[in-house]
Amino acid sequence: MSYLTDKQNNDYLLMGNEAIARGALEAGINVASGYPGTPSSEIIETLSSVAKEHNLYVEWSINEKVALEVAAAASFAGLRAMCVMKQNGVNVASDFLLHLASSGTRGGMVLVACDDPGALSSVNEGESRPFARLVEIPLLEPGDFQEAKDITKWAFELSEEIRNIVMIRSVTRLSHASGNVRHGQLPDTLARADFRFDGPLSDPETGPVISMIVGTPDLQHGPQQEKIKKAAEIFEDCPFNTYEGPEKPELLIITSSACSLYSKEAISLLNVKDRVGILKLATTWPLPPKLIKRHLSGTDRILVVEEVLPILEENIKVLAAEMAHEIGPKTFYGKNAGNIPSVGELNPDIVVSALSSILDVHYETVSKSFAEKATALVETKAPVRGLTMCPGCPHRASLWSIHNALEMDGRKGFVCGDIGCYVAGVFPGGFNTVKTLHSMGSGSGVASGFGKLKQFGMDQPVFAVCGDSTFFHAAMPALANAIHHKSPFTLMILDNRGAAMTGFQPHPGTPINAMGEEVPSLDIAEICRAMGAKVEIRDPFDLEETQQTLHHLIEHQEGTKVLILRQACALSPERKDKPKYRMEVDEEICIGENCGCNRICTRIFGCPGLLWDKEKGVSKINDIICVGCGVCTDICPAGAIKREEVA
Amino acid sequence: MSDNPLKDPYNIVITGVGGQGNVMASKLLGNMLVGRGYYVTIGETFGASQRGGSVMSHMRISGKTVWSPQIPEHKADLIIAIEPVEGIRVLARYGNPAVKLLCNSHPVYPSSVIRGEIDYPSPEEIETSVRNLASDTIFINATEKAVSLGNPILAGIVLLGTTCGTGVLPLNRKDFHETIVSRLADQQVKLNMKAFDMGFGLSKN
Repeated sequence: MSYLTDKQNNDYLLMGNEAIARGALEAGINVASGYPGTPSSEIIETLSSVAKEHNLYVEWSINEKVALEVAAAASFAGLRAMCVMKQNGVNVASDFLLHLASSGTRGGMVLVACDDPGALSSVNEGESRPFARLVEIPLLEPGDFQEAKDITKWAFELSEEIRNIVMIRSVTRLSHASGNVRHGQLPDTLARADFRFDGPLSDPETGPVISMIVGTPDLQHGPQQEKIKKAAEIFEDCPFNTYEGPEKPELLIITSSACSLYSKEAISLLNVKDRVGILKLATTWPLPPKLIKRHLSGTDRILVVEEVLPILEENIKVLAAEMAHEIGPKTFYGKNAGNIPSVGELNPDIVVSALSSILDVHYETVSKSFAEKATALVETKAPVRGLTMCPGCPHRASLWSIHNALEMDGRKGFVCGDIGCYVAGVFPGGFNTVKTLHSMGSGSGVASGFGKLKQFGMDQPVFAVCGDSTFFHAAMPALANAIHHKSPFTLMILDNRGAAMTGFQPHPGTPINAMGEEVPSLDIAEICRAMGAKVEIRDPFDLEETQQTLHHLIEHQEGTKVLILRQACALSPERKDKPKYRMEVDEEICIGENCGCNRICTRIFGCPGLLWDKEKGVSKINDIICVGCGVCTDICPAGAIKREEVA
Repeated sequence: MSDNPLKDPYNIVITGVGGQGNVMASKLLGNMLVGRGYYVTIGETFGASQRGGSVMSHMRISGKTVWSPQIPEHKADLIIAIEPVEGIRVLARYGNPAVKLLCNSHPVYPSSVIRGEIDYPSPEEIETSVRNLASDTIFINATEKAVSLGNPILAGIVLLGTTCGTGVLPLNRKDFHETIVSRLADQQVKLNMKAFDMGFGLSKN
């Protein structure tokens, strides 16, 4: 038995994501779905690991919209369901989300969105919170690990009470942080699914489940707004909205999520707990007006502490304006006043700095001389660690070949990218080949557009890259679009056998699903051929053959083509700790700077498995991290890097 | 908890580079402390860990409550660095004159160093400049020990052993054993105990 399914009320150190999963188990969840994305992936992974034991159905869906649809079906049939995604997944799911919020739900249904303020592992700093207001559903934000569990459980009850989907928003610093959590009871679930549709359209319990009949918004939209009003009433007494501080604080901090922990710490560091109070809100949309009024009445100055956009701040200001005749004018501090930045994640020091300037309190951590010595030390002795791909990564080999082919062609060809480890293609570690980078599958759609610019005199060769999971998620419609419109470009599918960046979650091309069952794996090459693309498959570790294929593709540019570069991720179970070659540099042959190769292996190819031995003036293998892919043997023009097959 | 011998909260930063066992070390240490009745909060920055990026775990240990998953600047009490340059980075931002630093001396070169654009400081330079900032510093070659056990990823466990050996935390070999027995397969338990004991022994040199 896993510590996650301990039935006793024991204390455990849980990751925020594990706490959310445990909360769902304590709520007696039946169905969970999602699409992998940092920092959300461990929630579905955790549920997947206990699915059999708890009679759950858990699915890694093809994308977030389908994931939400799959979970919704369970709710329509009276089960409890949860759907999990990272922030930008909510953008993908939002079309269905809008309509689902209108039709309402039956069994408790919770959407968990994990935002990444500071873009610690994202290519955006987007917000999921505005979606709650946009589609008119309740938004809950846990403030610590225990709450991550308890609020998740409560969210299912709330959903059933108002008969609509409830959104929980976590952030990296909760999802990927850990803290003490006391387990609650695990119920025995013996749920039975039954979809009722024989009743009248107007009956949300027994009629068909539809978002809206054309031209009659009062049928669904009116009742939906009653649900959100009911949620606001329930939120007035929500036990997860807490206040700590003096009865009439000189300054009131209103905050939520991980920011409540930063705020508490800042108050403690400045020793101002007699002057400053913290209203920590778990119910951030809709705001409970009476609770807010009570707290605004007790102070003249309010600091709102939240990450990225001033959403909480602006919603509170609306309430304060409406209540102004009763509570009087207030001074607000936050993002609009410039006390809290709107870019990047927060931390205790940022809140300290806001508080110390508002309250005029001095804060010093270390002496000036220590700080100066520390800065000098970093500047002179700590080389920056740029992002690169892992030793033996197939993407390095793929991007190397693409780079070389485009350079040889000389017409300033380029690659349109999307989200995956191959974003490193933007940097020197990926040979600066990727020149556009946006959302899931965007490289394929953008390349489809570039391909049509020949009409305007553009003759630069166009490539797109996507991963195997991304192909199913969002690149397929773009490829269909390109083929249909005869857009001349080549889509390179870097097939490394799983959603590698987020931890090898399965996708429709893999033979095992999240339940651990054998399932049909869809053949990417056959799909592309059926769509009408010319398809070639190469092993990117075979540099010569890959580059020849690329030259051919660049020369014959008519139509949309697909090149599948297939090689497992260096961290995948099939390659990890199983080196194919034992590598060695022959120091007699490597003549270093005198070679004329300009140290191509270390300076340009730059696999971290290679080192430059300054004293000897030769390359050498870093035995500790080299994974024995053997590619650098083919990079070295002198033939100094030897590979010997591991028996 | 009533008899907490540590400053409250006691702040530890464990830092390194992806693939060095940073997250595992922080998880195990955190679980050992929860087993002793502490409130533990760990903030991880590991989004780019597998791609040559820095990895950092912030650990708060308290007898009373959970704390922010990010330690305020210059408030670390103990820094465990699995990579020396990452140790320097963390020391400069989170260190203070009283901080204790436990540092693996084995480097992992950044891509800019591999490309030959920047020099990586020599072991002597690192040691001298670090001691200039934090006098209470121990350097050990944990990677060398880990490799002798067959896997460099055990460096984090070697350093955990050294940490426990110094007596700076109220933890012993038994706490470590109990924690890994509940989390790892039997075969791994033996190997991890060896790594821990190796590190523990180094603290006595």
